[in-house]
Order: sequence, then C-alpha cells, then structure tokens
Amino acid sequence: MPDLNTATAIDLNQWHLKSEQDLIELQKRIIESTDPNRPEIVVCHGTGCLANASDKVSEALKAGLAKAGINAKVMPGIKKTGCQGFCSRGPLVLIRPQGLFYQQVKARDADEIIEKTLMRGEIVKRLLYKDPKTKKAIATEQEIPFYKLQKRVVLKNIGKIDPTDILDTISSGGYQALAKALTSMTPEQVVAEVEKSGLRGRGGAGFPAGRKWRSALTAIKKKGRPVYVVVNGDEGDPGAFMDRTIMEGDPHSVLEGLIIGAYALGAQNGYLYVRAEYPLAIKHLEKAMEQARCLGLLGENILNTGFSFDARINRGAGAFVCGESTALFTSIEGKPGNPRPKYVRSVEEGLWGRPTVLNNVETWANVPLIIRKGANWYSGLGVSNSTGTKVFSLVGKVNNVGLVEVPMGVPVSRIVEEIGGGVPGGAPFKAVQTGGPSGGCIPYSLKETPVDFDSLTKAGSMMGSGAMIVMDDSDCVVDVGRYFLRFLEEESCGKCLPCRLGLSRMREVLDRFSQGKGSEKEIDDLINLSQAIVDGALCALGSSAPNPVLTTIRYFKDEYLAHVQDQKCPAGVCKDLITYRIDEEKCTGCTACSKQCPSNCISGEKKKIHVIDASSCIKCGICKESCKFGAVLTV
Amino acid sequence: MHQGELLDDILDQYPEKPEYLIFLLQDIQSKYGYISQDSMGQACEHAGVPLTQGYSVATFYQSFRLDPSGEHDIRVCMGTACHLKGAQRIVDDLSRKLNIKSGETTQDLRYTLSTVNCVGACALAPVIVVDEEYKSGMTAKKMDKQLKIMENELTEDTKEQGNA
Amino acid sequence: MKITFKINDKTVEARTGWTVLETAQHYGIDIPTLCHHESVTPSGACRLCMVELKEGNWSKLVASCIYPVKEGITIYTETERVSNVRRWVFEMLLSTCPASAKIRQMAANYGVASTRFPISNPDNKCMVCGLCSRVCEEVVGLSAISVVDRGVHKKIGAPFLRPTDVCVACGCCVSVCPTGAMQSFFDQVRGEPSMRLTQLTRQSAQEVKTS
Repeated sequence: MPDLNTATAIDLNQWHLKSEQDLIELQKRIIESTDPNRPEIVVCHGTGCLANASDKVSEALKAGLAKAGINAKVMPGIKKTGCQGFCSRGPLVLIRPQGLFYQQVKARDADEIIEKTLMRGEIVKRLLYKDPKTKKAIATEQEIPFYKLQKRVVLKNIGKIDPTDILDTISSGGYQALAKALTSMTPEQVVAEVEKSGLRGRGGAGFPAGRKWRSALTAIKKKGRPVYVVVNGDEGDPGAFMDRTIMEGDPHSVLEGLIIGAYALGAQNGYLYVRAEYPLAIKHLEKAMEQARCLGLLGENILNTGFSFDARINRGAGAFVCGESTALFTSIEGKPGNPRPKYVRSVEEGLWGRPTVLNNVETWANVPLIIRKGANWYSGLGVSNSTGTKVFSLVGKVNNVGLVEVPMGVPVSRIVEEIGGGVPGGAPFKAVQTGGPSGGCIPYSLKETPVDFDSLTKAGSMMGSGAMIVMDDSDCVVDVGRYFLRFLEEESCGKCLPCRLGLSRMREVLDRFSQGKGSEKEIDDLINLSQAIVDGALCALGSSAPNPVLTTIRYFKDEYLAHVQDQKCPAGVCKDLITYRIDEEKCTGCTACSKQCPSNCISGEKKKIHVIDASSCIKCGICKESCKFGAVLTV
Repeated sequence: MHQGELLDDILDQYPEKPEYLIFLLQDIQSKYGYISQDSMGQACEHAGVPLTQGYSVATFYQSFRLDPSGEHDIRVCMGTACHLKGAQRIVDDLSRKLNIKSGETTQDLRYTLSTVNCVGACALAPVIVVDEEYKSGMTAKKMDKQLKIMENELTEDTKEQGNA
Repeated sequence: MKITFKINDKTVEARTGWTVLETAQHYGIDIPTLCHHESVTPSGACRLCMVELKEGNWSKLVASCIYPVKEGITIYTETERVSNVRRWVFEMLLSTCPASAKIRQMAANYGVASTRFPISNPDNKCMVCGLCSRVCEEVVGLSAISVVDRGVHKKIGAPFLRPTDVCVACGCCVSVCPTGAMQSFFDQVRGEPSMRLTQLTRQSAQEVKTS
C-alpha cells in the first residue's frame, strides 16, 4: 500500500541538532524530499471539525484512495491539521496544490472528491462555500471573505502543518527564531527586542510583556536564580478558544516562545499549565516536547550552545480562577487554587516564591515572530499602543463562527459584520460581549470602536483573552448579566467575602429583575454594590466581575427598566415575563411540539392548529426549539 | 476501589513531593472514575501532605469526584455561546429525563450528568460531551435519540452478559 | 529601621515588615477586622480592614492586614470608598451569619443595623474566614480541619466531612474563631470515636491486602 502520510522519509531519531546550520540543513532536506506538485488533501482535525466527524472524513478519504489505485508516484497525501478557523463550516477539506476549499464535507463525499477532483481535476461544486451576500460559489480559501480580510500571523501555520510532526514545523521555519536568539543574541538583546516590539500580554490585562521580563531581570539581580517561565494555558473565558487552537494546531510555536523566554531570563525550568478540558492540546504539547527533546531543541545543551532548559505540563483540574496568576502558581504547587493574599508582583515572588514570568499561550506564540522578523516589523502591525495582531473567537449570533486574526485597531464592525458575516437573517447586532466574564458589552452604536486594549477599556469593556460573543435582539442583557454572575459565583474561589457573597447578592438582585420585581432604585444600589466588589475583592476575578452588569446598565438601562417597571423582557428570554403562544397562521399541525412537550400542555391533532395551555406550561422552550415553521412565539 | 487496593503503579510514577498531589489524584480519578477515601489517604501520604490538603484540593477543583460515577458521562457545556443557544434548556431537559440533578449520578450508576464551563467548541453550540465525544447543535429531540442509543448499548451489554 | 508614612494625615513610624494594620493598631487607630490574628499568616479574606491608599489624584483600596508599609505612603482609614466596601460587607455578613452576636455588634458599631439581602440560614455563624484551620495548621501543627469546597459552597470541615482522629481537642480553633461558630462545630470534628476517619497509608493498604 502506498504511503499516504505527507511526512517525509526523514527519520527523526537520526537527527540531533547541534547548531543553527544543522537546523537549516534539516529544513532544506525536508523541503527537498517533498514533491511540491504532489497533491495533498488537508483535513481539519480541530475540535469543531472533529465533533462534526472530520476523522470519519479522513478515514473515508484514506480508504477511497487505497481503493482507487492511483499511481504511487502521484498518490496524494492526507494531512490532518489543527483548527483552520472557519468552524461553522466544518468539516473542512483543502485540496493542494490547487487550494480548493471544500466545506461541510461528509464521509460519503470522499469518493466523489477522489474521483472528480483528484483523478479528473474537476471541482465538486456543491461542496464549495457560497457567499451568502453574492450567492456565488467560491473555490479557494484566499477568496473567501472570512479568510481574505484576516491577517494571519500567529495562526499562519495552523491549518497548514501537521501539529504532531515536528518536521512539518521545521519545514515552515520553526525553531529558527530560537536558533537566532541562542547563537546571535545575548539574553539582554532578546529582552530588549521584546520590549521594543510593544507586545502586550494577550491573556486579559494587556501588561507589556517586555516590561514584565525586564522587571524579572531586576528581581533576579536582587534575589538570584532559579527563575521560572510559565505558560498560562488555562483559557477559561467561556466562548474563548484561541489558546486551545494554538496549542492544538501549532504547539511548537508556544514551546519555541517559552524556550526563548527561558534563555532571555536564564530559566532552567518551565511549566505549561493547560486546562483539563483541553485533552487534545495536552496530547499535542506532550508530543511536541518529546520531539523537540529528540532533536535537541529542548533539554540539555540546546543546539550545543550550553543552554539547558526543560518544561513540564500541569493539567488543570477544573477551576476558572486558576487563570489568575497567583492561583495558577498555588495550583502548580499542588494546592487548591486560591489567589494569594499578597501585594507583591509575581515577577518578584511567583512560583515557589521565586521570580516568575507568566504569559499566556498567545503571548508566548508571538515571541518567535518578534525574534525572527524583528521588533520593527512587529510594531508595524496594529496601532501604537497595541501592536501586533490579536486572535479572536467569534461566536454567538453570527454567521461565520470561528477563529479570526486581525491587526490590532480594526473596528468591531470589520470583525463582526465583514469577517463574521453579521447576524443570521441580516438584522444589525445588538451588542458584542468582549473580555468574557470580566469584560463588557460594546453596543451596535459603538461598532466603529477600534479593537485595541485602550479603546475597549474606554468603552467600558476590555480586550480580555479574545472572546467576542455577538448578541442579537433575542438576547436579553439581564439574562446575560445573570449568566456571567452565576458563572463567576460557581468559579469564585470563595476566599474573600465581596466575591463569595457579593456576587451571589448581585445575582439574586438580577434574578428578581428577571421576575419583574425591583425598582429603579435597586439598579442604583446594584451599581453601588458593584463598586464595593470592585474595590474590595481580593483578586482580579472578583474585582472585574461586576463589569458585564455595569456595562449593560450603562448601554441598555431601558431594558433593565422594562423588566422592573413594565414587567417585560423585550428580548423574550426571561421565563417569568413571557408566555408561549402558537401563531395560528404558521402552525401546520405537524405535532413536533406536542410530542416533545415535557409537561403535555400542547393540545391539537395532526394537521390541525395546536394550542398551548399556559396554565401548565413550564416555559422550558422546547416547543419553540422543535418548531420548524417559527410558529411558536414568545409574548 | 476496594479497601486496601494498592496504588503502587500510580504512586511510583511520581516523586514524593507535594507538587505531585494533583497529578496523583488525576491519575487515580482516571483509573477508578473517582477518588475513594482510601486512595486519597495513600496519595496524600505519598505526596507528603496532610489528608486535609487532599480533601481541600479534591473539593476545590471541579473535575474531581468523590463518589463513583456513572457508566456514561454526560456533560453539558455552559459556555456563553451555548447559553445563548439554550444550554440551560438542555440541562433541564436531561434532568427531567434522567431524574437527576446536574452533578448527580443515576441510581443504577448508568449516567452521570454534569455541566462544564465552556469546552471551547462554540461553533457547535449548544454542545454536550458524551463520554469524551462532542455532540453538536443539541435539541430535546436529538437528546432523545442519544439516550436511546446509550440505552440500547446498555441492553446489549446486559444481553451479552446474560448469554455468557 | 524605621519607616515613616501617614495614616489619616498623622505621621506614623513602623518597623520594616509591618503591615498597615499592625502600625494602625500600634497607634490605637481603629480598623475593623475579623479574620486577622497575630499568631497566624494573614489571609486577607474578610475585607473589613480595607483602607484607601492615595497618591495625588490616584487612589486604590488595599487590605491593611496584608499591605506592607512603605516609606512616604498616605493611608486613609475612613473614606467614602472604604465605608462603601465595609457597609456592604457588613450587610453580606448579616445575611450569611445572622446568628453571630459578635458580627451584629460590630455591624451596629459601624452603623449597619440590617441587611437588604435575604437570610438563608438563620442559625449560621461561620463566615468561612479559615482562621480556625490556619491555627490548627500553623500553631498546633496538625491540620485536622481545612477550608473545603469553593465559591459559595466553601466551608470548614475535616476530610470527607467525617470526624477525624487527627484532632486532639486542644480547642485552639474555638478560641480564635471570630464569630463564635467553631463552638458548635467542634463536636462534629471530634465526633464519635467509632466514626472517626483514619488515613489509609501505603503500608496499611499492603497489610490489609496480605492479611
């Protein structure tokens, strides 16, 4: 059976890189041994596509190829990549070298793809992406607006390389930044370069990474070594999956950044703290580390330069608060992840009380780019106070759900409306929630707000880690506020009173609002209580927790008032303020709703109009969900 | 785990240091599905920490269970995207159908129902994870189907056992 | 070495390593606190001791029990922002520990007589500051009890919420408890001798297995 792997014939174990030249030589050999004209089928194995059975698609393609009996010389390779970003269109399949982009591919499409595209060079039209605006089919990835309008720098390799094969990474220039740093830069020059790039932490607060590294050097002068470097891969913001995608799709970029950081600071040990909910990310990182060790890029005497560094993965155990730096350290130390009650920065006193540099996944992944292409190139991207690009996960009520990378400073509208294709159905969006449970809402009226650290903060929200949740008219701000508070109530470590009790109290007030109880005065009390929590909480989880409520009150006070004064939920979400009714004009009598109704409160025979008995309705909403004709209304 | 079961294979993998406590508990959990009082005792002893630390850790982190879990693990994602698309409705629906609350296991030890704060598969919202497999765009109807599939598997298992 | 700074516009002197709270107490300046005790590491949990740190137009609130003194800082112990935090914390405490006379007294002294929040358990006294477990671990050296669970479910307990044979009934936890909650909980920690949990060690597991 012919070789279906795209991996080259190079044996990893034969290579132990001892210099920069060795690395370049290896890259050359990989490129030489790959036939650029050999067709390649790239199947997205990101979590989204996998959940839509992309593994079955690649299996079917593999089986189909074996069956088709193609000449071994031109036998296409199958490559399984990390998330290609356009998750709502998955499973995604790319055919190279033509660059054809097939979407929503099913296992049963495999034979047709092989027969038409690979054997006859034809396009399978029904698998192409159709632009919802122009209704035209688009054949290649580059022409699809979702991709065309992005600037993929950090995500450049994701969706192109096989993340489980280090040779693929090296072929595309991986580890050359590390080699450059180790062989032609002093640690001081590395820190200076990162400082000059203007890179700010991508995890939430946006603290300048270079300044953090510099402070660590100062702390080391005072306290000596050891110093630790840590990757924060505890991406907990609901709706965020940037870091997951980077760890799964290009694990070496994170690892390379970390090793460069370790060199700059003189660290010998590093930690990657990865969320337990991301098993694939852990698997790929483990494999990446193993292969990097094998090639001499991690471990003792890296590239024969005398610099040694190794790292270990800590699996999270399910606690959002561990994304907070001091809680993450206590967790690595084997304790419950309570934030530390100390007014001392982690660069001075972090893990095991030692100077520690903690950056999140995306931040580390930016480091090799800066070292390889230079700080000037990097700061040329984005805007003055927020350089570089930012990856966002675009989710919620938006057509093109997925992962988006844009230069800092582009307006919200570019991301949501142009790249994201706007709200399904074409209505304007209501608000975009950024920054997760610590962030806030950007209303439609501010859609031209530039997406950079400072502008978002000025608008009352924050960059956060990069989740962008698009809301439309059917989303209620009181409900979203309750959602985030409930989330944080569960995730609060519970140590300090303002967070443990204050958030519950805030949520109880919103619960009452959602039942139509309360008054305008209580909205003011809520703002007051929020201030006490902002001022009083022990860590950033608590002190930023009131943000979603505060910004929604700022921009959507009318909607709050509608709840408490008119007992109405304009979005039709809050259970206690709505009733379900069936539109007689639209009901076809299909019985789908009555079959699913758990309280048996829908009466009506087949092909006759159905009626909901409001007195026994529990407002679970299953009828509305199951109606294909939009006949179930909330009033 | 039965009383007195040895955890040597797990314990011997890690140095006797407090920083490995969470690793130990994670391995015990993945092997036995939960952490019994006895295995907790051995893990704490190995890591060199008081039993209180083990218990505090196990109750602090959401992924640890102190009671045996069901054969099938159903987790409903409560991420923002899923919330906007009706995740709570899915939890309520499952609670009604399985007659348990979130975080509980059915009496016959068949199903454990829990919620998870965002699995990062937002394009699939509302999403549930059944025994590590992601199920996208869940509705009450799809849930019925899914439960039926698992129910059938179970009956086949019992049949096989009966024949053997 | 002496460190000089200002509390409420009054110049004060502190030793290196002191916190703002320690300095204030030294000068007889009253800052309310519940979870602080000089014999154990401060935990900064109750947030009653918040004070305002001012620098020109900029200011922030800090917990005085853990804020280390620095030369030339300016601290105010009773500002509008400070009292907003304390008043809300007292209201939260009144709703969560309604049975604690000490808390009612302190709240009343601060002018907070009632709470706008619902009372869920009228018999509760514990505010889960964890002082009891810190004393047990750091002073007694036993760690019979600890803070378990998290968030709203956080509570004080022995492992598996069973009586424990680690406890020697020294009563230190009872004596330091700021709300009087430990008094009634203490019996549950010791419990019936026959019900007490004994930790299984590797060796005892081995013995059970071979017997």
